[in-house]
Amino acid sequence: MNAQPEPVLAVRNLRAYIGTPRGAVRAVDDVSLHVGRAQALGVVGESGSGKSVMARAIMGLLPPRSACSGEVLFKGRDLLTLPRKERQEIWGKQIAMVFQDPGRSLNPVVRIERQLTEGMRKHLGIGKSEAHGRAVDLLREVGVPDPERRLRNYPHELSGGMRQRVMIATALACEPDLLIADEPTTALDVTVQRQILDLLRRVQRDRGMAMMLISHDLAVVAGRTDRVAVMYAGRLAETGTTRAIFAAPRHRYTHALLDATPSLDHQRHAPMRVIPGSLPDPTSPPPGCRFAPRCAHTTDACVDPGPRMTSADGVAAGMDHLIACVNPVAAPAAADGAAPASVGAGASPNTGLAKGGDLVGR
Amino acid sequence: MSADLSKPAAAGGGAAVAEKQAVTTAAGGEVTSAEPRVPTVRKQRSVLVYFAYTWLVLIIVLAAIASLLPLAKYSIPVDAPRIGPFGGDFDTVLGTDNQGRSILSRIVFGARVSLLVGAVASLAGALVGTALGMIAGYFLGRIDALIRLLTDALLAFPPLLLLLALSSILTPSVKTLIIGLALLVVPTFTRLARANTISWSSRDFIMAARNMGARRRRILLREILPNLLPGLGAYLPIVMAAMIVAEGSLSFLGMGIPPPTPSWGGMIADGKDAVADHPHMVMVPAVFIFLTVFALNQAGDHLRHRFDRTLHD
Amino acid sequence: MVLTVLQRLGRSVLVVLLVALGSVLLLSLAPGSAASVILGENATPEMIDELNKELGLDRPIWSQYLHWLADAVTGDFGTSPITHQPVTDAIIERLPVTIELAVLALAFSLFVAVILAIISASLAGTWVDRAITGLSSVFLSVPAFVAGPVLVYYGAVQLGWFPVTGWNRISEGLGPNLQSAILPVLAISLTEIASFHRLLRTDLVATLREDFVGAARAKGMGRGYVMLRHALRPSSFSLITLVGINLGRLIGGTVIVEALFTLPGLGQLVVSSINSRDVITVQGVVVFVAIVYVVVNMLVDLSYGWLDPRTRKVARA
Repeated sequence: MNAQPEPVLAVRNLRAYIGTPRGAVRAVDDVSLHVGRAQALGVVGESGSGKSVMARAIMGLLPPRSACSGEVLFKGRDLLTLPRKERQEIWGKQIAMVFQDPGRSLNPVVRIERQLTEGMRKHLGIGKSEAHGRAVDLLREVGVPDPERRLRNYPHELSGGMRQRVMIATALACEPDLLIADEPTTALDVTVQRQILDLLRRVQRDRGMAMMLISHDLAVVAGRTDRVAVMYAGRLAETGTTRAIFAAPRHRYTHALLDATPSLDHQRHAPMRVIPGSLPDPTSPPPGCRFAPRCAHTTDACVDPGPRMTSADGVAAGMDHLIACVNPVAAPAAADGAAPASVGAGASPNTGLAKGGDLVGR
Repeated sequence: MSADLSKPAAAGGGAAVAEKQAVTTAAGGEVTSAEPRVPTVRKQRSVLVYFAYTWLVLIIVLAAIASLLPLAKYSIPVDAPRIGPFGGDFDTVLGTDNQGRSILSRIVFGARVSLLVGAVASLAGALVGTALGMIAGYFLGRIDALIRLLTDALLAFPPLLLLLALSSILTPSVKTLIIGLALLVVPTFTRLARANTISWSSRDFIMAARNMGARRRRILLREILPNLLPGLGAYLPIVMAAMIVAEGSLSFLGMGIPPPTPSWGGMIADGKDAVADHPHMVMVPAVFIFLTVFALNQAGDHLRHRFDRTLHD
Repeated sequence: MVLTVLQRLGRSVLVVLLVALGSVLLLSLAPGSAASVILGENATPEMIDELNKELGLDRPIWSQYLHWLADAVTGDFGTSPITHQPVTDAIIERLPVTIELAVLALAFSLFVAVILAIISASLAGTWVDRAITGLSSVFLSVPAFVAGPVLVYYGAVQLGWFPVTGWNRISEGLGPNLQSAILPVLAISLTEIASFHRLLRTDLVATLREDFVGAARAKGMGRGYVMLRHALRPSSFSLITLVGINLGRLIGGTVIVEALFTLPGLGQLVVSSINSRDVITVQGVVVFVAIVYVVVNMLVDLSYGWLDPRTRKVARA
């Protein structure tokens, strides 16, 4: 159950603030999580929860006038402080990223071949013809028919699904240890979304690669990840194994989110449930738990001192299922009496204990 | 607000900023998670914009009250020819020209001519151009095709060459100069007005007015025109700068304002042959032209950022 | 694709025909008559009638126009009544100087502007960017007739590096030729550098925000590579259009510097023809330049297909 000794990626106390004319948007505010080797982590949250900004911070793609602090440890090396040259040896080679909209993440005036092979040629130091051969194999692997012809095409000559397959092939080109997929199917037709998601899971398993699958949709993450991290308004709400979280969500937000998601397994005809209210102002979030204003179970303690990241099932049960909730959903029978809010002393070093209450004052 | 055009992305800029601002502790130790300091985003109001408006007001006022000022006559020598500037005497503070006339006086009266010609030509051209553009954009069809063809034909002449061709036939005077310059302005405004009219005509409130049976003239003048004015007006300073440059170019070639009326371009032309020994005769009008054109360009940029809708979409 | 080319071509031909009509009308617009303009105030009515006949100005406008067109198609723009040189010959004689000036100025200003735009877009928002952008605003406000004399003072008089006036043909050696071309080219390049820089910087900055640039960086590609191989081309579409448009101002600029530096080009031909009231030559040169200008802009429009593969598809469909 416990996390593997050395994760591929460990994000510790990451904050990423983005400057706007109205003030700094606290897009990611003290988030700690990790992705183990050959593991798939789903990162879930509403749009605006900071999940994409976190991915961009890891890839060094934050917009100008933004800043971040904390650590992004990739195999023990902090990407935030590494010199640019060394980071450029990691990005693309060891960490690759698939973006949301393949129509925008492929350069419209460059043929597929160069876009697919430029990373290989740089990182693997191979020649044009060898790169070409590998590109053909990669396209075949991700299910692109007639790869020789596709390589000569420009992006606009391909369908959305094909473009995303090309993006995935490009990401796989240097056999990375970690693949970050940021809402990889949001911009695609419903019919091809599933194909792309299953493809991602398949290559992740086949290659024994770690993956961070970011989505606003719990259903996307459900069958395709080992662990899940739920984000809300720049903070981590709950993290644990996919199985545990879907079976028994403990954080009030996760619970509400699952309730609001129409289930894939059995079509209920119950009225759609929605979470009332909207995300707080990202430039000045409310004190304490950021979900408190929308939560039906808010008490004074939610605002002051606010929640800490604690084990959901008591220290004895291990630190794999963590929640930041003062009044969590009651655990199923097994977790008798372990009031999570009172635990919290022994957080594992991997998750980096956050002193939530200290961080909110402006 | 697209004022953010001036605060753009940098290649790897995000990473660079983050790197500089990152507050991290030594690896392995306790993490003191300080908040990252984000550079504040301010709306930059350049000093240059203030300077530009100040200069324009100054030069316009000077030109307007030129005859009230205690200036020497611009056509009569006041001292020896080609005296350098800053000699002490008020009339010769900017030096004298080839004929010993006060450069200060000629600059101020030259401003009058340059600004007047530039402003009148711009306004007249804008008026005709906007009218044509609105007709083309509202009625479309054949009349649009005709107007576009005429516009293209006008634009097919390099501006200065068109002016030269005109001045080969017409006797140079302030009037013919203004007509020629206005002709250059027309196509620009025709195109702008046409594009804007097309986009406004498809708006709901125009459709509504049309459906309620409003007359075409009413729709064009009461509904569309007021919406076009801010965007088109914002182009006036830049067009005016171009006109001042065009007038200066013509006068420089000796085909603009006929002497003895001073014009800045003509003053540069007068001084250019003596530039080796008496550079002030070129430099003084050069500085005035530069500052005025610069100020008009800055003002134009400023106004366009505020009023031009096409820049925001 | 073929259709768009034909359409574009058709429009251009129409515009050229209109341009020619305009210039024929111009002659009849002259107060009095063109002949009286050419001959001056002391001309007798008989002399005017004779010249009118010689120039064909006694015929109706449409007939003049058709004759002029028929001649122009065969490359005959008439003969100067003053110098008795065929206008076409005069143009061919002067053309190389003007072309060299225009091409050098265009190449130089594009080269400088692209470099400056890449630097300021890469460092957008920094003091370097602000300095370059400031310099660019200054350049934009220095027209050729201002820049020329100032450059003569500093470059030729003070430093003595370049000749004050005059032109060395390429036949006299490339070195002397370029030496006599540098100041004129510089004088007309300043505004072009500024206007190209402004546009390309804005477009580059917008492109650098695109996802595909982020994707290229996420592949670990270096900053220079991303800029040159990914961002530059999709940012250059409007720049190409601007090059075509600014060519008009550039030609105006060559007229100025040819007059200032006494360079034997088309501009000087026009100016001297105006001074000698040689309306026929002025008309011929103006129409010739306008045609060149229209053709260049048509080629610019068509070059989009080469620059942007997406328009190729649209054109084919």
